[in-house]
Amino acid sequence: MSGAKSVQLTYLEAIRQGIQEEMRRDPDVFLLGEDIGVYGGAFKVTAGMLDEFGERRVIDTPISESAIVGAAIGASLMGLRPVAEMQFADFITCGYDQIVNFAAKCRYRWGAAVPMVIRAPSGGGIHGGPFHSQNPEAWFTHTPGLKVVAPSTPADAKGLIKSAIRDNDPVLYFEHKALYRRIKEEVPDGDFTVPIGQAAVVREGRDLSIITYGAMVHVAREAAEALENEGISVEIVDLRTLAPLDEDTVLASVRKTSKVLLLHEDTMTGGIGGELAARIAQKAFEYLDGPIVRLTAPDTPVPYSPPLEEAFLPNATKLVEAARSLARY
Amino acid sequence: MGAPAMLRSEKDVEQDRELAWQFLRYMVTMREVEDRIERKLYRQGKIVGGVYVGRGQEAIPVGVGLTAEPEDVLCPSHRDLALFLIRGVHPRQIFAQYMGRVGGLTRGKDGNMHMGDMNRRIVSIISAMAASVPVAAGAALALRYKGTHNIAYSFFGDGATSRGDWHEGLNFAAVQKLPVVYVCNNNQYAYSTPVSKQMACADVSDRAPGYGIPAEIVDGNDVFAVHGAARRAAEHARAGNGPYLIECKTFRMTGHSAHDAAEYVPPELLEEWAQRDPISRLEKKMAEKDWAGPGEIDRVYEEIKKEIDSAVDWAEKSPYPDASELTDNVYERG
Repeated sequence: MSGAKSVQLTYLEAIRQGIQEEMRRDPDVFLLGEDIGVYGGAFKVTAGMLDEFGERRVIDTPISESAIVGAAIGASLMGLRPVAEMQFADFITCGYDQIVNFAAKCRYRWGAAVPMVIRAPSGGGIHGGPFHSQNPEAWFTHTPGLKVVAPSTPADAKGLIKSAIRDNDPVLYFEHKALYRRIKEEVPDGDFTVPIGQAAVVREGRDLSIITYGAMVHVAREAAEALENEGISVEIVDLRTLAPLDEDTVLASVRKTSKVLLLHEDTMTGGIGGELAARIAQKAFEYLDGPIVRLTAPDTPVPYSPPLEEAFLPNATKLVEAARSLARY
Repeated sequence: MGAPAMLRSEKDVEQDRELAWQFLRYMVTMREVEDRIERKLYRQGKIVGGVYVGRGQEAIPVGVGLTAEPEDVLCPSHRDLALFLIRGVHPRQIFAQYMGRVGGLTRGKDGNMHMGDMNRRIVSIISAMAASVPVAAGAALALRYKGTHNIAYSFFGDGATSRGDWHEGLNFAAVQKLPVVYVCNNNQYAYSTPVSKQMACADVSDRAPGYGIPAEIVDGNDVFAVHGAARRAAEHARAGNGPYLIECKTFRMTGHSAHDAAEYVPPELLEEWAQRDPISRLEKKMAEKDWAGPGEIDRVYEEIKKEIDSAVDWAEKSPYPDASELTDNVYERG
């Protein structure tokens, strides 16, 4: 938009600003979740919202994920646009049936729109242990009818929360806890959206493509810098949306570099990387000059103790090593 | 000391007479539609999936449904067919729904009672029991949010009250003081499981006070009693006093679904409850009160059966969906 200013925002502030702008723009947008009002949310994403919008639009709920999601479904069937917060993405299991059996299937079964957003703070690296660190996105990318987004930057965080709120389908918005206050960047002020379903090439390169999302985009950037010094030119695709997948952008990058490394913080088996590998193998096989490589967390719960968690999480060192050997293949 | 009945004005009596005829039409239509589905079309192999009926429970959706205003939201259970009739869904759409035809409410995407229509403010049930209980709370929240005086009705059976969603939904609605009327059809069996193995309290209504929700028990096979209780519940909710629960005692006069012979139900229970059939009781009352002339009720049956014959014809002529529709409407676009 012409003449729009930009401001420095953290990832967390960008989410908050996106929600605030949508609430000011559309009186049908409201929030519900545990400790989101008076306390401002476990991570303070919704701090100040109660003061600005009042109890009618910022609803502190019981510890009751199924009721939170169910109530959001009921309100959205009536045309409201609820934004429900899971205190931690890990607790989304308690509302799982409402999400995958109720929300995801309403439009298909009986033509009813469910324009709701579920915000889910996910990811590790904060010593949260097995129940405050998971990346459960693949549980939902496997469910037709749901849209799943996972921003990596403040600008995308703002642009995607606004698109999610305006979307007429249920959207799961995975926000990475380790990014909340760690990254800050210029974010366009005012009405700025990032379309759901579009990946972004966030670094151009020639020798290999790293396909990733969320906090791992930053790991990929760090590794790409190191690899650049070794003469390996890395392209990075930030998926941004995990369902529906932007297959075209992924395949274009693979066809360009001919080598692909799939990176995610989620565990390996059944993760989004496997799906991408299958699609690449099927649709860009003749372009590949090496095996499709996955770097992910291992198939274990997320451990608590620092050396264990460090071993669990993919990082730049592991990534450089994996990318180097792929580049040499 | 005078009994209230003795103080009723002629106008009240006339209203009761009119109500009785409304009750009768909807209850008989529900019974006849479901009998046609379960006892004829299903056996002829024309119903491609499961059949869940509310035989013997017709007084509940009819008595409650007729207290709802058009803008109120209904969240039916799978034994509340009459709610669809009351909201203007035609029997032919119901037959087509069961047969998997495009004329059904879901165009063949789902079957049996798994249907809804937000233009009629009916929310479709899903198979997981009690899932629509928190959804009803959300609908009620939206009605209040928009500043209306409308309410949501949440229907379920005794078995559904064992699920966590039921408890979460009631608690949420009570804390928020939402305008929800809860209607339990306690038909004493959840599939093959009797209430005694479902819960340790005597009545479903015992569960409500734990959430700060008032509750009452009503004879679920007496349509006037159900209607009266539902009216009290609706007034309570509409006045902003929060949710209200009515437990309608009834009995499931069939198996869980058409494939289930229900041999686990003691025959004497079925015999006992057959004596309390809600339609026979209503007809008896209408005869006693002289609200129906000779042959008048029989003519209602004839009309309804004729309507059903042509509705079945219509549904059988309704095409199956084209396979190309398989991927439609997963998302709004694409």
